[in-house]
Amino acid sequence: MTQCPQCDAVLQKNEMIEGEIFSCPECGTELEVATAEPFSVALAPHEEEDWGE
Amino acid sequence: MSSPFTLGLFYTVIRPEEKWILAAAEARGIPVERLADDQVTFPLVRNGFKSDLVLNRSVSHTRSLYALRFFEHYGVPTVNRFDVVSLCGDKVLTSLRLQEAGVPTPKTVVALTPEAALKALDEVGYPAVLKPPIGSWGRLMAKVDDREEAEQIIEHKSALGSPMHSVFYVQEYVEKPDRDLRVFVVGDAIVAAMYRRSSDWRTNAHLGGTAEALSPDAELTELALRAAEAVGGGVLAVDLMEAPEGLVVHEVNHTPEFKALTGATGIDVAAKIVDYVAEVATR
Repeated sequence: MTQCPQCDAVLQKNEMIEGEIFSCPECGTELEVATAEPFSVALAPHEEEDWGE
Repeated sequence: MSSPFTLGLFYTVIRPEEKWILAAAEARGIPVERLADDQVTFPLVRNGFKSDLVLNRSVSHTRSLYALRFFEHYGVPTVNRFDVVSLCGDKVLTSLRLQEAGVPTPKTVVALTPEAALKALDEVGYPAVLKPPIGSWGRLMAKVDDREEAEQIIEHKSALGSPMHSVFYVQEYVEKPDRDLRVFVVGDAIVAAMYRRSSDWRTNAHLGGTAEALSPDAELTELALRAAEAVGGGVLAVDLMEAPEGLVVHEVNHTPEFKALTGATGIDVAAKIVDYVAEVATR
């Protein structure tokens, strides 16, 4: 269990793995799982100019 | 089950696509070395790096290019290959290659200065589409309806400063239905295809386009496979439009997303990719 760095909402790890991106269920901010054990999150990386598929 | 190889996954973030790839590898007993593109360092001599093959899933074109060149230098095969990514990541180079291979593609004129861009637009005719040569998800693309609008857009692009915004890729605006076609090619086979629909002229899923499964007919199959082969092959998404004169290929994506495609078709695209990667690794 950890908290959203944006809105302090309590976040559960569930089945998420390190590096996974997800939206905070409370504020919608895009987050990234920084470490799975212990569970910690960070703001997801910002899209850069050369990003795409 | 023991695997004869370790798969390196070079990635930026873990999206559903990467999660499915990791799951498919695990289901096949393939060990995965995770290589986060914001963490890995690349010495000139290979050092402390276990992967026997690297699957590139980085969303950054620049990071992909340098990393793939290093993996190649280390003697590690990659999917896709450096030369394929460098070609597909640049719309100018892709258009040239498609033209050389006789693959129908929209009329395109490239200009290298703002002044020449206006001439290129005149040559293509209005409306036209102005695209940055590198980048995707439909960003910074502009539909240009007339010369006045062109002058404004070109001025804005020039002000962005990056050299890439001084290269003007001008393409005819294709009068098409409110959809385009995406064909996902893995190796020498099509694994899935879909229509992408949008009320916006850009149909990227990122911009709210919707997906619908599609069964490729002989013409579409032949064209998509030919486009994929033209750029060097691998795991590729070929994007086509239904122009009045027939199908045209406007893009070949080298690190395609496939969440929408998987949802629309029910096909396990990640499993197809992992099976292909295993085949390449054991060649």
